[in-house]
Amino acid sequence: MRLLDFLKGERKKSASVAKERLQIIVAHQRGHRGQPDYMPMLEQELLAVIRRYVKVDQDAINISLDSDNDCSVLELNVTLPNEGETVKG
Amino acid sequence: MAKIIVVTSGKGGVGKTTSAAAIATGLALRGNKTVVIDFDVGLRNLDLIMGCERRVVYDLVNVIQGEAGLKQAMIRDKRSENLHILPASQTRDKDALTLEGVEKVLMDLSEEFDYIICDSPAGIERGAQLALYFADEAVVVTNPEVSSVRDSDRILGLLSSKSRRAEQNREPIKEHLLVTRYNPNRVDDGDMLNLDDIREILAIDLVGLIPESEAVLRASNQGVPVIHDDKSDAGQAYADTVSRLMGEDVPLRFQSVQKRGLIARMFGGGGRR
Ligand SMILES: Nc1ncnc2c1ncn2[C@@H]1O[C@H](COP(=O)(O)OP(=O)(O)O)[C@@H](O)[C@H]1O
Ligand SMILES: [Mg+2]
Repeated sequence: MRLLDFLKGERKKSASVAKERLQIIVAHQRGHRGQPDYMPMLEQELLAVIRRYVKVDQDAINISLDSDNDCSVLELNVTLPNEGETVKG
Repeated sequence: MAKIIVVTSGKGGVGKTTSAAAIATGLALRGNKTVVIDFDVGLRNLDLIMGCERRVVYDLVNVIQGEAGLKQAMIRDKRSENLHILPASQTRDKDALTLEGVEKVLMDLSEEFDYIICDSPAGIERGAQLALYFADEAVVVTNPEVSSVRDSDRILGLLSSKSRRAEQNREPIKEHLLVTRYNPNRVDDGDMLNLDDIREILAIDLVGLIPESEAVLRASNQGVPVIHDDKSDAGQAYADTVSRLMGEDVPLRFQSVQKRGLIARMFGGGGRR
């Protein structure tokens, strides 16, 4: 069996690729779990507004909502580019 | 008070209806008064798997809309007097179901039965949400395949946020993982996710492992839930699953390649009967 594997070339087994991909996607899904339905839209619209002023990538924005019993915090993280790359100077 | 168990998955074609039929039948064979409800309005299938398609007169939508009583719509299983089937409508669409209507039906059934099994439609939209909303427990049917595992995780999200137990801040729905269509040969070859990987990713308790089996197609051809085929691997795996749902601790089988002896092969015993 070993020899056979060797002759076929040491290809990574497809099941372990599947596992790695799933671990990433599931972690991402769980990060969004329980958030209000409007969050994806809010994220898109905020991004659109920011892009009117600054040139940022699609994935440069990250928003999350944390709530405990009596208070919710909307956290917005935007990675800004170096100076001089703004749309309107 | 009945225990309400939803059989759900997100993805279609993974074995929800096969599992709902087998589990409901198994619970009834073990002496529990059981009813299994088809929530797949517009695309009913459970009646075929249960072998009662020619006895369907009224359905879940008729009951909810007051056109028939529960007693008229429920079909008594031919093989087990403890088991009843409530079929889905073939002609209406899923908007014919209302939350209040479903609640009323489940409340009425609760008085008479020990277990109510809800066979969910695919997807994460309204139909699937109605099927899981009132559940006490959930059987999350998952195939060893990327899209099925991802969708199961989406369903876990719904179970923990869009159910009555979640909205009323009650004890959460008890989630069970049921891995089906498992092929130990392909797992050994490294081309199929193995059971431990799936458990690690979804992180919920395992209730059963059903191998990919020729017995399942044979059972659906005949309209006899596969759990009745107690010589088959899938039939036995579902029987184990039912025992675990009833709280028994039974060892896991069918996880590795079955080495069939010469005698078994000659007489065609085991899974290939
Ligand atoms: N363990 C299994 N081995 C082989 N085939 C299976 C198994 N479980 C389900 N199937 C087949 O997969 C198909 C889809 O099953 P079904 O129960 O209708 O899925 P769902 O209700 O999730 O759409 C059917 O053709 C069924 O016979
Ligand atoms: Mg189905």
